[in-house]
Amino acid sequence: MVAQALKAMHDTVLRVAQPARFVALAGAWIPWVSVAALVFLAAGLVEGLALSPPDYQQGETVRIMYVHVPAAWMGLFVYALVAGLGGVGLVGGHPLAFHAARAAAPLGAAFTAVCLVTGALWGKPMWGAWWVWDARLTSMLLLLFLYFGHIALSRAFDETRRGDKAAAVLGLVGCVNLPVVKFSVDWWNTLHQPASVMKLGGPSVDPAMLWPLLLMAGAFKLGFFALWLARTRTEVVEARLRAAAGRLRAEGGAR
Amino acid sequence: MTVFLAVLRRDLLLALRDGAGTWTVLGFFVIAVAVFPLGIGPEPQVLARIAPGVLWAMALLAALLSLDTLFEGDYRDGSLEILLSAELLPELLVLAKALAHWLATGLPLALAAPLLGVFLHLPGEAMPVLFASLLLGTPVLSLLGAVGAALALGARRATVLLAVMVLPLAAPVLIFGAGAVESAQTGLAAAPSLLILGGVALCALAVCPVAAAAALRQAVE
Repeated sequence: MVAQALKAMHDTVLRVAQPARFVALAGAWIPWVSVAALVFLAAGLVEGLALSPPDYQQGETVRIMYVHVPAAWMGLFVYALVAGLGGVGLVGGHPLAFHAARAAAPLGAAFTAVCLVTGALWGKPMWGAWWVWDARLTSMLLLLFLYFGHIALSRAFDETRRGDKAAAVLGLVGCVNLPVVKFSVDWWNTLHQPASVMKLGGPSVDPAMLWPLLLMAGAFKLGFFALWLARTRTEVVEARLRAAAGRLRAEGGAR
Repeated sequence: MTVFLAVLRRDLLLALRDGAGTWTVLGFFVIAVAVFPLGIGPEPQVLARIAPGVLWAMALLAALLSLDTLFEGDYRDGSLEILLSAELLPELLVLAKALAHWLATGLPLALAAPLLGVFLHLPGEAMPVLFASLLLGTPVLSLLGAVGAALALGARRATVLLAVMVLPLAAPVLIFGAGAVESAQTGLAAAPSLLILGGVALCALAVCPVAAAAALRQAVE
């Protein structure tokens, strides 16, 4: 029974993962996902900027959190996704996994950068410093550097497939940093506050602040998904164009 | 095993006869460390305070400097393909290469560091910890470097790329290595940092040869 379900899932994934089929499907999905992302973003912004209360200690600056925390989540999530896609590509040798990883990495780096910048903007009024070298901030900065390494390596070869495979290995090795980022606030006594949403015993954030946060998290995830689909589609089309150009050159040389 | 030893012997002989490898790395280490008193000024307290971090960071850069040649020569002249088709497991080939690299660069760096510590007024009781931390940490740099060097084979601007890849991964080594020396310097126990460093070294020993071997197979494909 389970084996049958897995087989059906595997077949579905393979069918969708055919590049031609993916291009058509992505084209159909992108508008809907984009609209959903905009709806979540509008609701999250209204909730976060207007309807939710200021914090009793942080005042209005608490609203930075509605961008900062979802960006941080996405930074980690996208890295895990890129590493997973790289692993799938290495084991299964499927080109779409590599295209998707190549498309996702710069988006993840952007989310990580947004997290660091908004954190600095919040840190200046709250901590009195733009930046402190505590474990959470340092490990997040290292995550950004790991993204840089991945992006640079995947684009450093004349043959794109070699870059994809090399970057996939680097992505898997860099995974060791993910638990360090997540648990840094528990392992070390950091200036950055400990987890208050994803923890045992449920969130300790008031619902008035949790709702806008979750709406924004949804907006970030949907927005990422729309951009990721569009970028992956571009990668697929570009690879086909490159292959077609190569064939044309080969035929021209033969004539 | 004989192939393992043969690769180790060959790489060590190349490093020794070429001479440039070990001496360039040591030369860079000495000069880079000497730059700090010139820039910061000769005050003994200030120099002693920054000594653990400076020595460790410069050792990291020095080890990194010598990595681009780890597989490059063998890759260019085609002997890498022959080595990979030998009966030796690629993982063990990586291990032999990394061990030779460590013996030719990491070990000399660890031996030279206490001498440079004297330059920076590092107190005598911190010297054994400095040596021990480098002895535990530099093999990790060689192993991580092997992964980076294997991944960057045939890439454009491979040297810079190598630094961008390996430096973030090497951050824990730097943090706990320098942390151990700093603890010893301020009279705290250095053992916790050294134990974590040992744990990092064991993890690297388990993971890095596999990753580097995968990268080597891709490079000769």
